[in-house]
Amino acid sequence: MLLQVEGLKMYYEILGKGLVHAVDDVFFSLDKGETLGVVGESGCGKSSLAISILRLLPINGKILGGRVLLDGVDILNMDLEKFRKEIRWKRISIVFQGAMNALNPVLRVGDQIAEAIMLHSDVSKKEAMKRVISLLEMVGIDGSRAKGYPFEFSGGMRQRVMIAMALALNPQILIADEPTTALDVIVQAQILKLIKNIQRRLELSVILISHDISMVSELSDKLAIMYAGQIVELGDMVDVYLNPLHPYTKALLSSVPSIKMKRRLLKSIPGAPPNLLQPPKGCRFHPRCPFKADLCEEEEPEFVSVSKDHFVRCHRFEELRGVEFK
Amino acid sequence: MNSSEPVIRAVNLKKYFPVRGRIFDVIRRRPKLYVRAVDDITFDIYEREIFGLAGESGCGKTTTGKTILRLIEPTSGKLFFKGDDLLKYDGSKLKEFRRRAQIIFQDPYESLNPRMNIYSIVEEPLRIHKIGDKNERLEMVFKVLEDVELKPPENFIYRRPHELSGGQRQRVAIARAMILNPEFIVADEPVSMLDMSIRAEILNLMLKLRDEYKLTYLFITHDLAVAKYICSRLGIMYLGKLLELGSAEKVIDEPYHPYTRALISAIPTPDPREKIGEIPIKGEVTSPINVPKGCRFYPRCVRAMDICKEKEPKLMEVSKGHFVACHLYA
Repeated sequence: MLLQVEGLKMYYEILGKGLVHAVDDVFFSLDKGETLGVVGESGCGKSSLAISILRLLPINGKILGGRVLLDGVDILNMDLEKFRKEIRWKRISIVFQGAMNALNPVLRVGDQIAEAIMLHSDVSKKEAMKRVISLLEMVGIDGSRAKGYPFEFSGGMRQRVMIAMALALNPQILIADEPTTALDVIVQAQILKLIKNIQRRLELSVILISHDISMVSELSDKLAIMYAGQIVELGDMVDVYLNPLHPYTKALLSSVPSIKMKRRLLKSIPGAPPNLLQPPKGCRFHPRCPFKADLCEEEEPEFVSVSKDHFVRCHRFEELRGVEFK
Repeated sequence: MNSSEPVIRAVNLKKYFPVRGRIFDVIRRRPKLYVRAVDDITFDIYEREIFGLAGESGCGKTTTGKTILRLIEPTSGKLFFKGDDLLKYDGSKLKEFRRRAQIIFQDPYESLNPRMNIYSIVEEPLRIHKIGDKNERLEMVFKVLEDVELKPPENFIYRRPHELSGGQRQRVAIARAMILNPEFIVADEPVSMLDMSIRAEILNLMLKLRDEYKLTYLFITHDLAVAKYICSRLGIMYLGKLLELGSAEKVIDEPYHPYTRALISAIPTPDPREKIGEIPIKGEVTSPINVPKGCRFYPRCVRAMDICKEKEPKLMEVSKGHFVACHLYA
């Protein structure tokens, strides 16, 4: 296993209010060349999960438990300076949400990428620029555009630049947090194809984070469904899609419109996600779950293995197999 | 559908926005430049219909919606509201129209005043239109909040927008539009800022309200899956032009125009076994300032012919109720 996340816990401390349980007891693993999709609604902790792995937390973000193993080495308890030099960007890199607006408007695009390369490796400007041009070409931008300024690029092209920048130091793992929000559908499709292409060529592992299950299903081998700071279901993408076990997964899948489907009434999930300052006792989904039993209000379900690669966090998944969300 | 007057009729509607010229161009007496946001489009919206307008950002769908409500004055063309010339409305007639036609915006985080509580937000239109006394208004606000399923209303009226979730906020925005008992609503991307599970909820609410309030909607969206779910008829726009128009199901399941085909082929589905194939399109969206002569789409069209460069195709009926502007079908 390339990356193993075991029981990761990250809480935000809010002065005078307590702790926000943003990432709570999260388990998953990622193989070389594999893509894991992480899907959940806003506030479910999916971006917090990403920045916890990269140790890019704000001051009030505290890691309170768990391990993140990269090739068997715990990178969570590693000396921060060492992590910054050897892990972040070099082995795990990230494309942030809305990153295309993060380019410095007064610097040439090529110089911005070169700067990142020169900061992390001992190369001359000339060598760095050579690398920049090959990176830009890899993401489908003509090398001559390295001299351009960000405003001369369309949104889709700026997103490509950000992907190029994330790949500048040859990482093994790319985390893409909502890489296509705010892009038009055709551009989104092109970016997804680009990621798929690069991934095959470089044997890159990808963690794709989004609220849009359709977008994630395009690329992912594995799917993790997050709810209120926890992964509630994890498994092979097709398997989870065809045989969802957790009521939340079922609900999510039946609330998504698709252009391929005949018109049918979409189902919605009553209520709203819980306040993570005081997550509900027992199962976090129980206040919105039509299948809740007494046990669900009392005891938090374990993240259990159903089959080799399929995990679920629900007391009643066994009896609810094949039962639709209503 | 019924045979009477359409609720909205737009004929050859145009809206050009001037581009601020550089002083150099003015001295050189270069012709003034315009963004042709909406360029000669014609359509009808019938009673109790959900008429969709879809397209990528910058295609003119929002400008069309705002022009129909006269929030923006058109450059030229005609507009009719239930047979009346809408562009002649002024004074009290225009105010009455403002009561009968409402808009719901995309972002419920920005369209609600953060300093007002929910009661004042929803009651405000009544005060502006001087409808009812204090007690009547209270009753009306409670009823409309119940209609949008913010129950019980007394739990919501003293709260402010920041205390509500995105879905609840959009319900407040809908309640504010509904309280004047309108006949026509422009919904501009009403669900695109919302999470998936809440999206379905708001769409279903809009369907329910259409039946209860006998509403007609113009539904603006970039998401064709949403359009297929909610719209009865659908128009596809590209650079200010209407390229295809027909029943939502037909336009999405059996598209004619090469642009509609490209657009549909690029949409991912939740089924992981179905992948996006080749997208039949070239290049990137051209600037709406220097629009190509002939068909607007020809520089990106994989089936472009010589005639497409020269002559602009007209919107023509190719099968019953299904209109396409493309020389391939002429």
